[in-house]
Formats: sequence, structure tokens, C-alpha cells
Amino acid sequence: MPSVGKSELRYEGKEKLRGEAKYLDDYEIPGCLYGATLRSSVPHARIREIVFDPRFPWSEFVVATAKDVPRNQVALIELDQPLLADDVVRHAFEPIALIAHPRRELAYEALSHVRVEYEELDCVLTLEDSLAVKHAIYSTDNVFKKYLIEKGDVEKGLAESRFIVEGEYRVPHQEHAYIENNAMAAWWEDGALHVMGSLQCPYYVHKALKHLFELPDEKLRVVQTATGGGFGGKEEYPNMIGGHAAVLSRKAGRPVKIVYDRAEDMAATTKRHPAIVRHRTGLSREGRLLAQDIEVLMDGGAYVTLTPVVLSRGTLHATGPYECPNVRVRSKALATHTPPNGAFRGFGAPQTLFAAELHWEKIARETGLDSLRLRRLNAFREGSTTATGQRLKESVGALESLERCVARSGYARKRKEYERFNRDARKPVWKGIGLAMVHHGAGFTGSGELHLASRAALSLTREGEIRVLAASTEIGQGTNTLFAQIVADSVGVPLERVRVETPDTSRVPNSGPTVASRTCMVVGGLLRRAALELRKELRGAHPKAPGSPAALRAAARKICGAGKEKIFEAQYQNPPDIRWDDQNYRGDAYGVYSYAAAVADLEVDKTTYEVRVRKITTAQDIGKAVNPLLAKGQIAGGTAQAVGYALYENVVMRAGAMANPQLTNYIIPTALDTPPMDVSVVEKPFSGGPFGAKGVGELPMDVPGPAIAAAVCHATGAWIAELPLLPEKLLHAHKNNGQR
Amino acid sequence: MPIRITVNGKRRIFGGPPFKRLIDVLREDFQLTGTKEGCGEGECGACTVLLDGEPVNSCLIPVGQLDGRAVKTVESLAAGERLNALQQCFLESGGAQCGICTPGMLMTASYWLGSGGSKDPSAVRNALAGNLCRCTGYQQIVDSVIAAARKRKSRA
Repeated sequence: MPSVGKSELRYEGKEKLRGEAKYLDDYEIPGCLYGATLRSSVPHARIREIVFDPRFPWSEFVVATAKDVPRNQVALIELDQPLLADDVVRHAFEPIALIAHPRRELAYEALSHVRVEYEELDCVLTLEDSLAVKHAIYSTDNVFKKYLIEKGDVEKGLAESRFIVEGEYRVPHQEHAYIENNAMAAWWEDGALHVMGSLQCPYYVHKALKHLFELPDEKLRVVQTATGGGFGGKEEYPNMIGGHAAVLSRKAGRPVKIVYDRAEDMAATTKRHPAIVRHRTGLSREGRLLAQDIEVLMDGGAYVTLTPVVLSRGTLHATGPYECPNVRVRSKALATHTPPNGAFRGFGAPQTLFAAELHWEKIARETGLDSLRLRRLNAFREGSTTATGQRLKESVGALESLERCVARSGYARKRKEYERFNRDARKPVWKGIGLAMVHHGAGFTGSGELHLASRAALSLTREGEIRVLAASTEIGQGTNTLFAQIVADSVGVPLERVRVETPDTSRVPNSGPTVASRTCMVVGGLLRRAALELRKELRGAHPKAPGSPAALRAAARKICGAGKEKIFEAQYQNPPDIRWDDQNYRGDAYGVYSYAAAVADLEVDKTTYEVRVRKITTAQDIGKAVNPLLAKGQIAGGTAQAVGYALYENVVMRAGAMANPQLTNYIIPTALDTPPMDVSVVEKPFSGGPFGAKGVGELPMDVPGPAIAAAVCHATGAWIAELPLLPEKLLHAHKNNGQR
Repeated sequence: MPIRITVNGKRRIFGGPPFKRLIDVLREDFQLTGTKEGCGEGECGACTVLLDGEPVNSCLIPVGQLDGRAVKTVESLAAGERLNALQQCFLESGGAQCGICTPGMLMTASYWLGSGGSKDPSAVRNALAGNLCRCTGYQQIVDSVIAAARKRKSRA
């Protein structure tokens, strides 16, 4: 019985449901101290002095500052970010000092007995000020990174166009709001550093800590604990907290746990990059795209962190899933004195796709052409060429997703019906329905997978058990279950024969970070290759293996010889037909794209301007749903996060700091705010993915935002191109430019 | 004054400070770490337990209020390894992803089902509105609770 394609039960589901899964704070670590972090209260300043209250019993505490860090750089893409600010702080909430105590509450209390004397410096807090170089804070132009994509001749395309439509779109910060806050622990044993915690990328932490303490590989071990949500928020930031715990532990000679509370997590850790996107689009009389001229600006925050890669993905998705002969995308990420923005599900694409998709509504308004017809006319098909010149050879489910969504939601009929409904002034609400369609590249951008050269392995034990060895983490999305299913079917054994080991850098090879919708497609593909190798060897060892359990055991004993296991490893190899030019941003930007469409059906209250989404219909082409229940769970979950992004989630920045770092006033959707969803999976198999699978993790975050905004514009008649669509913004837009 | 509490059917005595939060007493003093802290201010519901049968946020309850009262946590639901009907429905319908909101969600859902709550989807959403989940988009949680409500009906 094949397992792939079946909704197998979640691998670690029972422990989670019994409350037995152990998250970092659930571990009782003998002799453990609790760490607390002293942070900057200003966005940019020279630290004159850190003053410790002389009346406080400091001998009971362990205190660490920058001078306790052997090499004070958090290694990621660049080395510009210190683990603890030394001379200068460059954003509010930047870590300055660490305090540990056996009692958690006393460690936190101690923070109030430290005073930092600052000499405040000029600061740049907004994208606009950074762009205008109000002060040069990074290089001479404040630009962390810029990209240019050029295809054809944009000016010529615009000159030949019947219609030219311009628009500007703005998207805000977004907080991950995983329900488990960041948490890491560290201890030293015989000169070796042990770190465990809530994290997505064990080898990122490994790399960062190796650099901080100048350790050889074998003196450092990173283990993932059960992780209560990530969404990108635990991609790079655990490097920082792991480093803090390790510095304190080194000084204390005891294990140290650091568990953030909600306010600290929200204020200090990364957010989605805010962005401004401008479009100038040329179209023929019938609505065919002739030119797309796009400008993207992103706010990177105070340090480089992952910003260049986020901007890259945003840039590569900026056109939307449409073919256009003449394209220019110019993008820049800028430095500001705000906490560094980082990875968040979608990784730059939700920002630029919001603009690309809502812009169709602008085009429809200005040209009188129907936005659904425009999408149908211009959508990627097999054989289309993208802005980077990539020819889409297979697995292009854009139109299929669109048509399924349109049919299931009754879009065309309701679009007209609601227009009639909205003409009745006596109704207490306006009704609206809106549409969007997106693509999302699966795996690392460009040559990223090639550079990463990930490895994943299987262990065949003497007892004939098959164990998955990968650094890819289970963070709720279903890694364990998918891996087990892919391996079971590839070897040809029942699912129960496959176990998935906890990511532990002393045991598992580096299968790369758990990001970029790559776990199932890329790492699952590596495991499938290892599994086919293992199967071949089993067959060779016993003619009836792996089919019969006895033969499987006999074959396993023969293969393992005197050892207790044999390892089968596979490493990533670039498919020969994939080429990417990183200098000129030309070629195959991603191995393949997933596609999605969504229709948002909603009402806007005429008195309060509150938006109530009644239903979201979505269809998503993910190649193959290895586990349909988990795939739909990913889609529904990403959709809800995007509902929050569109309607509620409002990071209020005051003097460069988040002013509402609480779940009380940073509103994420509840079960009541989240609409019922009609989720369907489209399967256009990809020959390069295991069983045809592409990526699904990020895709659902891209599409509901612009669909909701389109529906709000449809309902109110107003034009509003900035998220979140808060009632006060709607009121304002409606009074200013509403058509009814 | 020691505080006497019945936790998951067992009598316990707590002799520490009466203002200690119930969640900390459960996790630190009684080693019941199934109850999770998400926000510490009663917004997220991850720490939901049943107090004399009714759902409360255990991060907002000083233990001093609990003398003579009964608390139920997620650890009370399964019989050893065996999941109860509600947990089984969560497993089969995809109600748990990362699992951190799950214990609180299960306790709220237990109360809903135990107090005769219906299987109407919008009523279920209303019942769960005090428990935040960032992974599932709630659809499969709602499906799980409805499935459990159906099972309950068919047993009755």
C-alpha cells in the first residue's frame, strides 16, 4: 500500500496531543541558571557607560557584556552584527548585557538595577529618510543590496502601449507570533559547547556559534527541541539567543536557559520587511502586457542579516505569474536604525506579489478591462518565459488554480450580484469579492541550492529499521511525516518501519535550513535518492527484501555486517538543464514554481468600517500532495496569517521601537476572525520533485492579501493600496476617494 | 497556610507563595509541563486548564485562590498511551501542527463538548475564540471538534 498521497497521521501527533512533546522550557536542566537580556532603549547611540547599581548584590548573579564574547560577530551573510553591542547601539532593543540567576524572576529583576548612559546619535528610522540619505548609516547610500532584472526594452514597450497604468503599494512589518516564544539553552562540557532549543536551522546556529567561540566542529553540538511554530521567525534569530546562552554559561560554568517572554520576543526579534512597491505597466488595447516597470524598496533594519536574500526573492516575484516581453525590476534594501527585519514565510514575495496582484485592479479601474480576463490573457503557461528569461517547461498550474477558484467561489456571478447589492443604500454592509493569483519559487534562489550542496541520509539498522537523518526540522508543518512517507514508499516498506531522528548536528548531515519551501521538494528528493540506493542494496542482499519482514531483517543484518547500522547518504546535484547567472540575474531563478489563486468574499460594515471575511476559496498547485491533510493544513494556516497581514496586524513603530509588543494590542486572527475556507489542491507534477512534489510552505501566505484588498476595493468603491486595511484607513479612503 | 488542590483527580498540597501563578505551580511544582505559556497575559489561551470544570487562563490565576478546588490539565485526557475521543479526532483531522496551542485548545474543546456544545461550525468557532493558533488557520481544529461532537452524539 503506497503511503504517499494518503493523509497519514502526524508522526509526532500523539505526544503533542498528550501534552508530552518537550519544548525547551519543558526541560528541567540540573543546575540551570536563567538568562535575561539588557537592551538598548534608544535607536542609535554611543554607550558611555553601563552602570551597575552598587547596592545590588551582584555577586549572586552572572553578568556578561561584549568583552566576554571571544569574537563578537553573529555570522550569517555578513559579519556586521555584534552578539552584544559594544561601543554603539544601532537599534532599540539591541542586546547590550546579559544577566543570569538560578531564579528566573530575579534575573529579570536585576535588569532594573542596571543603567546605561548613552550619547544619542542621529538616527534614520524610515525607508524614506534612509533613501534620501538623511544620514549615511551604511556605506554612503544606505543600500544593503540592490538588484536589477531587465528583459526586452521597457521604454519601447511603454511607447507602444495603448494604456499605461501606475500604482504605488505599501506593506507593513508583520510579527510571526508563533505561540511558543524563542527559547534556547546552552552548557559546556569538557570544552565542548552544547546548545538546544526552539529553532528551524540547526546548522545556522552551529555556524554562528563556531564563529563566536572559534570552536572546531567536533566541539559543538546543536539539538532541536520541539518547536512551537517558526514561520521564519526561528530561522536566524536563534543564533543570537543561542550565543547569549552560551556566553553566560561559559562565564557561569553552569547551563543557562534563555526563554523570552512575549513582549521581549515581539519587540526584539525579527519581523517581515516593510516595503514600498511602484508599478508602471503598459498594455495593448486588448489588455496584453507590453511593459512592466517595477521599483521595490525594502526596509532591512539595522544589520544586514538575511535582507539580501529576502530582497532577491521579492525582486524575482515582483512581476507576478505573468508573461511580459519588456520588464525592468529595480530593487533596493535600505538600512534604518530599527531592529533587523528577517525571514518570514514568503520571504519578500508576499510584499511584491501584493503590489503585482492589486495592481490588476488598478489597471481594471483605469482601462475598463476586467481583471479576471486580464489575468487569463497574461498568465504563465507551459512554454512562457519569465522576467529573468527562464522558460517554464513543465508543471505550470497557474490557470488551472485560477479557474478552479473562480468556479468554486462563484466569483463572476457574485462580482455582479454584489455590485447590485451595494447600490442599495439601506443595507448595513457593502459586499465585495476579490481575486488574486501568484507563483512561488520552491527551494533556494538561483544557485543557492548548488552552493548549499545539502546532504541527507538514511540509516539502516541491523534490526531492519530505517532511520531518517536530516537537519530539516519539524516545526508543525509536517516534516517528520512527509519524510517517513517518502522514504517508506521509496524503499518499499510499511510506514511503521521508518523512524525520523531529532535533528542533532553530532548525528545528522547538513540538509540545509528549514526554509524556502524546500524541505519536501529538495530534502525529500535527497531522501528518496538515498532510499532507492538502500532498496537496491536490500534487494541484492536478499531476493525477497524489502517485501517480507523476515527477509528485510536478514538483508539488514547482512548489509550492516559487524556494525549496528549502515548509512546511505545523498547530496544535492544541480539538474543539468538549470542555469543561473547571479551577476546579471538571468536564467532559471528557481527549479520550479508552485502556483495559487484565492478568492476572498467579504463584507464591510458601513458604520464601523470593519471587514468580515465570509469565505476564502483557494486552489494551489503544489505538484503533488504527499499528505493531503498536512498540505491543506499548510494552506489554511498560511491563509490565516495572510488574513491577519491584510486586516489586523499592525506593528506600531514609535522612535524605532515596536510600541505594541503584546498579543493584547497586536491582533492576530482568532477562530472567529478567520473565515471558513474552501481549500483545494491542484497537482501538476514536477519531474524534479519526489513523487512530483513542489513547495507548499510559503505559497499560501502570498495570495490572500491582495485578494482581500481587491474585495475591499470592490465593496467600498474606494481605492486603498496599503496594508493592513484597518477600519480607520478604510473610513479615510472611502471619504476621500470612494465611488459611492 | 498550605493550599490543597485536586489536580487531575489527585490531591496535592502547595506550600509556596500564594501569589504564584497557577501555570508556574503546575509546571514547576507539580511537573505538569503539558500546560504552555504563550503570552502571560490571558490573551492566547495556550495555558487553558479547567478549574472546577470551567476553562480559565492559568497564567492569570494566583494559586492562593484554589484551596479546595479542582484543576484539570491536558495530562488528564489520555488513558496512559491511549488518546481520548477528542484527542483522536484532533489527530485524524489535523487539529495539531506545532502543538504548542494544542493543550489549551483541547481543554477549551473538552469544556465545549462536555457542556453540551453543538457541532455547528460557527458556534464551535465562537467557543474556541479565546485560544490563539498561528499554524492551522483553525479550519482543521474546527473540523476536529465537530468530528468529536459527532462521535459524542453517536455514543449517546
